[in-house]
Amino acid sequence: MAAVWSAALHNYFFQGVCMFATRLNGLVRHYVLASVALFAAIITVCSPAKILASEPLKVAAIYTVPVEQQWVGRIHKALSAAAERGDIAYVYSENTANTDYERVMREYAEAGHRLIVGEAFAVERATRSVASEYPETAFLMGSSFPPAEPNFAVFDNFIHEPSYLSGMIAGAKSRSGKIGMIGGFAIPEVNRLMHAFMNGAKATNPDVTFTVNFINSWYDPPKAKETAYAMIDAGADVLYAERFGVSDAAMEKGIFAIGNVIDTASDYPNTILASAIWHMEPTVDTAIAAVKANDFKAEDYGKYSFMGHGGGALVVDETLVDAELLGKVKAVEASILDGSFTVDINDEEPKSSN
Amino acid sequence: MEYIDILLSANFWAAAIRIATPLIFGVLGALVCERAGVLNLGIEGIFVVGAMCGWMAVWLGAGLWGGVLIAALAGAFFGLLHGILTVPLGLSQHVSGLGITMFATSVSYFAYRTALPDVSSPPRIEAFQPLDIPVLSELPFIGPALFQQTPMTFLALALVLLVSYMLYRTPLGLAIRAVGDNPSAVEAQGLPVFALRIGAIMAGSALMALGGAFLTMSAFDAFFFGMINGRGWICIALVVFASWRPGKALLGALLFGAFDAFQIRLQNEVGAVIPSQVFLMIPYLLSIVALVLVARKADYPRALLQPYFRGQR
Repeated sequence: MAAVWSAALHNYFFQGVCMFATRLNGLVRHYVLASVALFAAIITVCSPAKILASEPLKVAAIYTVPVEQQWVGRIHKALSAAAERGDIAYVYSENTANTDYERVMREYAEAGHRLIVGEAFAVERATRSVASEYPETAFLMGSSFPPAEPNFAVFDNFIHEPSYLSGMIAGAKSRSGKIGMIGGFAIPEVNRLMHAFMNGAKATNPDVTFTVNFINSWYDPPKAKETAYAMIDAGADVLYAERFGVSDAAMEKGIFAIGNVIDTASDYPNTILASAIWHMEPTVDTAIAAVKANDFKAEDYGKYSFMGHGGGALVVDETLVDAELLGKVKAVEASILDGSFTVDINDEEPKSSN
Repeated sequence: MEYIDILLSANFWAAAIRIATPLIFGVLGALVCERAGVLNLGIEGIFVVGAMCGWMAVWLGAGLWGGVLIAALAGAFFGLLHGILTVPLGLSQHVSGLGITMFATSVSYFAYRTALPDVSSPPRIEAFQPLDIPVLSELPFIGPALFQQTPMTFLALALVLLVSYMLYRTPLGLAIRAVGDNPSAVEAQGLPVFALRIGAIMAGSALMALGGAFLTMSAFDAFFFGMINGRGWICIALVVFASWRPGKALLGALLFGAFDAFQIRLQNEVGAVIPSQVFLMIPYLLSIVALVLVARKADYPRALLQPYFRGQR
């Protein structure tokens, strides 16, 4: 029993030290350590036999935006689920400035976290150099670049397949033949989904035209909304909602929208035709299993976001989409899953049709 | 010509006024502070505070106008902080202002996260809806452009008149203008320089906070971190453009709103030919051009940025 207590106390004490250190370093940063640690402590105390068998893997995540943001929200959800199952002890740091990213990475690595998950997009060089200094720690980072030996694996939101399917629905549902697309920044992660969506729309409606607009922010719903209004004024009757604010305008004006990454259909009744959903669980669970088995490699985990691995999915509001169209979409979905159809990946900046 | 069509559409002008509304609040607030001789670079953070507090108050059940009031009070509190640092203590207004921005932004986020530790997306409120004013809203062109706005837009326009009247037609306004031009003369009149300056900063900061509140309570219905997105800084430039005059401040805000609304529509029209970044640049570029044209003759408050110490020349 003493050993159990000491393990639990050590665990809790350590989290406290960690929390204290980071409090000193930034006001904004928020740590949800206590609940996870306490949960882990209670579990270990309640079942003394278990602790010897498997101590949960220590996993840390570093996000540059709050966990409400759709993209990191998916990673957070997958890791939280793993923590709830008891597979891992999960701590995270959100809203970390890119200039501060390296320090937080080092702190977690020094603190003995075995797997560190994050996003390297704006700090590719720094994260790779930190990772090479901690060869014992596994790093799984969102990145547009290849993995780096020995311990820097990469992932990305490869949900171009469900995006293509959602495009098929958008193309078929547009009466005016004009689709408006609003994105945050023109970066590969956004561009490839937009291209897949556009290809899907052209598959069901070859004459469809697109207007593409970037608002230069991840988080400016009023601006996204204004942009959506402008597209509706110009005749668009289906909107591709890459950002918050677009679906609001669509619902207000009584037109349709296509969701992206998360499913917001319940917030916008009769508006969201379909959404291309990203599931991070396959990616995260594969990485956790690999670290546990001491078999983590510098791989490209991008494929775990494909539909075949369950990382991408299409949800459809069947009250808005008729059975015939749905059948067509399901047929393409099946051919994606059996490998007979491949959706192109195009990272170029999408342009409005002339 | 499609560019003319854009300018002739009522929806375009409605959008310009919507985009301008937070800027009207912000530029008025900055103007009141600077007229009293104190630059308030806390504006960006005070926008965040206003956006967070107003929305949070409504979510907790304060009612929309209660939320507006609470946003203003929260703004005034940070104004008080800036006032104490820069007026009696006479610290650098730039450094203190930037400190307020960082502090206010961080505190807002801290409060948000403490109140909502585990949400997947921020809760929505019932935001202000566009008013439907009998007769006026139905006028052709002018109706949809001007009179189908939310109440906060009308509040902003009313405040332009109010601030203008206050500054130029009341003894208080005269005292505020004087304290920004020649505080020694105000002191010689037996008026309290510190109280006037701190009061003006608090009032100005309350106005700034309303600009933030508009974003979460009218333009949208939830608070997201980072959604202020530089709007406060634009107001600082607009004050110079306006030569510290409320009427011109309104004009400047509307002009910027029009540039932005135009930019969005232009991106839709000719986005295939010109990179999107060029359009995003347009409002700022045009603002600089306007600034150069207008602000060279700017009549700035003489004691702006100068701390006042009693008994010193």
